Amino acid sequence: MQRYLVRRLLAVIPTLFFASVIVFLVIRILPGDAVDLMIKSSPFIENTEEMRRQIELDLGLDQPMHMQYVRWVSGIIFHGDLGTSLIRDTSVGAEIAERVPVTMTMGLLAVLFALVIAIPIGVYSAVRQDTLGDYVGRSFAILGLAVPSFWLGTMVVILPAIWWGWSPPTRLVPFVEEPLRYLSVFVIPAAILGASLAAVTMRMTRTMMLEVLRQDYIRTARAKGLEEWLVVTRHAMRNALIPVITLVGLFIPIVIGGTVILERIFVIPGVGQLLLLAVQDRDYPVITGIFLVVGVFVILVNLMVDLSYGLLDPKVRDQK
Amino acid sequence: MTSLLEVRNLKTYFHSDGSVVKAVDGVSFDVRAGETVAVVGESGSGKTVTALSVLRLIPDPPGEIISGEIRFAGRDLLSLSEAEVRKIRGNRIAMIFQEPMTSLNPSLTVGRQVGEPIEIHQRASRKNAWDKCIALLHKVRIPDPEQRANAYPYQFSGGMRQRAMIAMSLACEPELIIADEPTTALDVTVQAQVLHLLKELTRETGAALVIITHDLGVVARYADRVNVMYAGRIVETGQTSEIFNNPKHPYTVGLMNSLPRLDGDVRFALQPIEGHPPDLANLPSGCAFQPRCQYAVDRCLAKPPELSEVNPEHLAACWVDLNVTA
Repeated sequence: MQRYLVRRLLAVIPTLFFASVIVFLVIRILPGDAVDLMIKSSPFIENTEEMRRQIELDLGLDQPMHMQYVRWVSGIIFHGDLGTSLIRDTSVGAEIAERVPVTMTMGLLAVLFALVIAIPIGVYSAVRQDTLGDYVGRSFAILGLAVPSFWLGTMVVILPAIWWGWSPPTRLVPFVEEPLRYLSVFVIPAAILGASLAAVTMRMTRTMMLEVLRQDYIRTARAKGLEEWLVVTRHAMRNALIPVITLVGLFIPIVIGGTVILERIFVIPGVGQLLLLAVQDRDYPVITGIFLVVGVFVILVNLMVDLSYGLLDPKVRDQK
Repeated sequence: MTSLLEVRNLKTYFHSDGSVVKAVDGVSFDVRAGETVAVVGESGSGKTVTALSVLRLIPDPPGEIISGEIRFAGRDLLSLSEAEVRKIRGNRIAMIFQEPMTSLNPSLTVGRQVGEPIEIHQRASRKNAWDKCIALLHKVRIPDPEQRANAYPYQFSGGMRQRAMIAMSLACEPELIIADEPTTALDVTVQAQVLHLLKELTRETGAALVIITHDLGVVARYADRVNVMYAGRIVETGQTSEIFNNPKHPYTVGLMNSLPRLDGDVRFALQPIEGHPPDLANLPSGCAFQPRCQYAVDRCLAKPPELSEVNPEHLAACWVDLNVTA
């Protein structure tokens, strides 16, 4: 088990290297650059060749790209420093750290929401295959897949405002002071984000349950005289949920993408908002910083999912 | 002697794509307390479906027990509620399945699975069930049962898994054990050990045993009586020795001729039964075996033969008298 863990952690290094190179390059290949934007948007900066070179020198953008990369990476490795925002002159690391808890809360709530809704419905749908309940469950799943979250989010903000003059809460209070009020801000966006995840999870759960319920050992369990609910929970779900857990790992990028949109709609100051602003400003260090943090997070979650696999599947657990 | 299990005119059909597959079509047989009865036949002859019908484990849909009676210890299982049948399954009638590889749950320990019937039927605590399970594993001669009970099925060999299945079936000391091809998936060397163990333990506990098999060697060695099945019907039934010495149905004769014998003349090649088992959704007219039967006469095409007495302990369903013809 330990050896396996070390091996997996070592495998993270090349993944991170390639991810960082891609992140770094792609942003710089994009048309439009920060210096242009700065000069155009600020009345105090003269639009001269000299001024431009000065800014580039200050920001380190005058150097060749590979040198920029080395500087960026060594800053991260040796100082834990993700760089400084080109626009606001603040530490990228601090900016991200401040917003991570917000986005994390929303993402976790969304995933939790998805699982709590989807697994029971998926199991029910499979156990009652081709009954009315199954059709209703599946219809909701397709609805959840078909309705885009940006549309649903917009509707939830706009319609109640028009009809009743009500809008969802957006003001964040510190979690430690009023945890419930803090969480209340996230409930609606998390539910919207969770709905699309729930749809996928439900279908996956249903498929896996149907597959498992056909297995010989389910027949053995029934032949022992087990009640059907025990057959389902003790014998079937355990085996059916292993692949569903992996799905949660795959959710993370979707969740992060979703938070960018929903944070925007619900005016929640999370990492998504920061990213959106940074892209508009071509604020390279912020963008690359966020991508890197997200990348590391996704890799770690996938690692955790693999490890949780072991907890559920004895065959994997013992081989490590 | 009264029968422990009486199956009367059992019909189990499967519905698929608009056609009806008559997997079991009017089967009757008895199992007396403590005896070993074999059900023998080719794949698709309805052996397994018969066994699953007894425990009412036929998946519905697509399967359905159309009619018949399954009397176990005086009660008709087909008229019991699901809850009442559950109290019998694993408790008074236990089943051993064909594939030890897939018949055990991969994510539960062997010990947990073996002890589970005790947990449910005797309302034993998990600890209590575990202790009894160790004793059971010991009984089926799994070495080091305290350790092995903690293992998962994939850590067991096929033979060990089937021993665990036997332990599981014995857990509640059932009156009847149905073993569906218990050794088909095992190595030949292990087959004999497992069957021997099964026979020995049922004799010890006084349980009746129904062995479902396609292997006449198994029948000859372990069964007191035999039911030969073909295309969802029993075509011949009787004492094992009687059936082997005096087979009356051409299919039974065919099965025996396709079996290698140590005491037989090596110069004679084995004679396989020509043709294929019939399509159960579209049976031939008359006797189902008639298209493959070398003795078939006109009458065989016209009307299916019923089981009739050869002697009080031996019934066969054939229009032709083999002694006269052969």
